[in-house]
Amino acid sequence: MVKILQKEHIVPNIHEFIVTAPDIARKARAGQFVIVIPDKYAERIPITIADWDNEQGTISILFLEIGAGTQSLAALNTGDEIFSFTGPLGRSFEIKKYGTVGLVGGCYGIGAIYPLAKALKECGNKVVCYSEARSRFLLYWNEKLESVADEVRYSTTDGSLGSKGHSHDLLKKDLELDEHYDKIFAVGCTYMMYKIAHTTKPYGINTIVSMNPVMIDGTGMCGACRLEVGGETKFACVDGPHFDGHKINWDVVLNRRKAYIEEEIISKERL
Amino acid sequence: MGKIIPNKNPMREQPPEERIKNFNEVPYGYSPEEAIAEAHRCLQCKKPLCVDGCPVEIDIPGFIGFIAEKKFKEGIVRLKEKNILPAICGRVCPQEEQCERECILGKKHEPVAIGRLERFLADWERENIEIEIPVLPKSTGKKVAVVGAGPAGITAAADLVRFGHTVEIFEALHEPGGVLVYGIPEFRLPKAIVFKEIDFLSKMGVRLHTDTVIGMIKSLDELLEEFDAIFLGTGAGLPWFMGIPGENLNRLYSANEYLTRANLMKAYLFPKYKTPIAKGKRVATVGGGNVAMDCARTALRLGAEESILIYRRAKEQMPARNEEIHHAEEEGVNFQLLTNPIAFHGENGWVKEAECIRMELGEPDDSGRRRPVPIDGSNFKIPVDIVIIAIGNSPNPLIPATTPDLEITRRETIVTDLQTGKTTKRGVFAGGDVATGAATVILAMGAGKTAAKGIHEYLISGEW
Ligand SMILES: Cc1cc2nc3c(=O)[nH]c(=O)nc-3n(C[C@H](O)[C@H](O)[C@H](O)COP(=O)(O)OP(=O)(O)OC[C@H]3O[C@@H](n4cnc5c(N)ncnc54)[C@H](O)[C@@H]3O)c2cc1C
Repeated sequence: MVKILQKEHIVPNIHEFIVTAPDIARKARAGQFVIVIPDKYAERIPITIADWDNEQGTISILFLEIGAGTQSLAALNTGDEIFSFTGPLGRSFEIKKYGTVGLVGGCYGIGAIYPLAKALKECGNKVVCYSEARSRFLLYWNEKLESVADEVRYSTTDGSLGSKGHSHDLLKKDLELDEHYDKIFAVGCTYMMYKIAHTTKPYGINTIVSMNPVMIDGTGMCGACRLEVGGETKFACVDGPHFDGHKINWDVVLNRRKAYIEEEIISKERL
Repeated sequence: MGKIIPNKNPMREQPPEERIKNFNEVPYGYSPEEAIAEAHRCLQCKKPLCVDGCPVEIDIPGFIGFIAEKKFKEGIVRLKEKNILPAICGRVCPQEEQCERECILGKKHEPVAIGRLERFLADWERENIEIEIPVLPKSTGKKVAVVGAGPAGITAAADLVRFGHTVEIFEALHEPGGVLVYGIPEFRLPKAIVFKEIDFLSKMGVRLHTDTVIGMIKSLDELLEEFDAIFLGTGAGLPWFMGIPGENLNRLYSANEYLTRANLMKAYLFPKYKTPIAKGKRVATVGGGNVAMDCARTALRLGAEESILIYRRAKEQMPARNEEIHHAEEEGVNFQLLTNPIAFHGENGWVKEAECIRMELGEPDDSGRRRPVPIDGSNFKIPVDIVIIAIGNSPNPLIPATTPDLEITRRETIVTDLQTGKTTKRGVFAGGDVATGAATVILAMGAGKTAAKGIHEYLISGEW
């Protein structure tokens, strides 16, 4: 059983768990995820692996407390055992020397770009991170990111830190100023990734987005996470979760995300 | 032997109008009196053909003879010599194509209800006696990893411990059982029965690791550092879609997703269990196998006013068990036969219509069944609010993708030797749906048994 060693409420609504999972820690690579079931009655929830420590045999996960499932997860505490915890799943990001790489993180994605920044830096890339939130108090892991990236640029919708607006506004400005990127990675809410892909498209910069559709098993069995990429149906869990943001059919993605809104409300009302 | 009784003793069932409102099992099973009466119909043939029809060669007249003499305990021992999952097989085997098809009585009358008798003994044992753990031989010191806790893996594990090897099972999901748990619904196979069978394995000392996806957390080569041999019983879990327009609309499911939500995640108990499942008034299921019947019947139980089954061939060609087709008809599933969807149309992203075309039967195809051909201009639309695609599955590519020296066929199945279960990789055996493509529980069990023997020989001789 996977046990919670440390629970931290890092910013409002986002929690970090450090859990004992030595086998997963040994195998984890940037961009992979786990599937977690908080308790017997809960759903299977996919969560990106934000960090791991092979020596300690631990991994970190960060999650946004939003639906019924993540609320049950947030209800667990240090010392508790997690009902079910499976990973690593999915493919990792492709780590190699690209040149100058921009990493965009929002929400739980700020945590997810940390191991990516670390790995890309180790490969000799110049790494620029874009970290975004609604307000300064919702940004986290600033120092951690700064310790591995060449530069971290912040954007907040209220302008309380960094540039005012969204990360795609900032990235757009930078691109207009002739900043050069060989590759962009974006992790966070669907809308943010969609906007980033949209922003980089005219510049022809290859942009990898990390999709987070509804999943059940996470091993290719259910097909719930299917997406349309370059006209073909792909399963985010086994073919991804990372895809070329310029090839994704975003209409399908945005539409499929609303599939369970009603049930989500019923579930939450019970909590 | 008295006079021949032409018909099977009927099995009592929940009436259709009631059972479509619950997830409880449909048939109640025989009482001891009914079972004895049925057992007396068996002619006790000297050369029993039914045994030839059974993929695991159960001594059928043997166990039936014991039932006739009311020696249930002896009966179950005889049955379990060849089949460790009788409560399951009695419920889900396609008996009409196996043992019961060969039964001599069936030439003129109805065959002996072998499946029902099998189920009777297994249920009697579970309800009446403490199940005995067999005495295991001295340990051979060899360790075997079984990947996948479906019928193939469970059977292989049970035989391997009985050969004296140490066995550990690795299962990707949070519960063991494979399709028996995530696919086949509660009303057809109560999960408590499956868990009891698996509990039996742990009592024999088999260690089960759930939440463990082999190929991701450990490669086969890494497993081979710890284990002397591996059995792959990973099934055929990757769902097919039709590749027609509209398949990514909301409320269009693969059968796997629909059934996994309903069964494994218990969405039928939503919101106590928090995994949701869409409930619709008009639900269309595409396909004609057991999986399709399970979906169409699950939809009724989740409150559908109309459950429509769309199948491109005729009823006689449906691969589903007769009993499933019969139950689905009784429950009012609307069969649209010789019909095939060509597109799904939506409104604001939600599926609203299945556009179908009528088919007629042409020349026989590779499977020997007459090929369905579309009738030009016969298009029509069925209004729907949920669609379930149940047209088949292929094996999951996760393990082959991370094991380059494991050969697979063009159909993604793992290449295995039928006599031993050997794959193309030394020390690795496979069987069940992963080797054959989606088939049946009993064939998966048979393959598990064959491979257990193959593994045992390999471990003792050390020769590949
Ligand atoms: C809805 C439905 C109804 C059916 N009805 C019938 C019926 O009435 N009668 C009948 O005879 N047959 C029926 N079948 C078919 C039958 O269930 C299968 O043929 C049988 O279960 C195959 O057994 P298996 O052990 O090969 O695989 P499965 O039962 O598929 O088990 C494979 C197991 O391996 C696990 N696994 C997969 N990959 C990995 C991995 N990488 N690492 C670890 N674990 C892994 C899976 O999670 C699964 O638990 C039905 C199938 C379905 C889907």
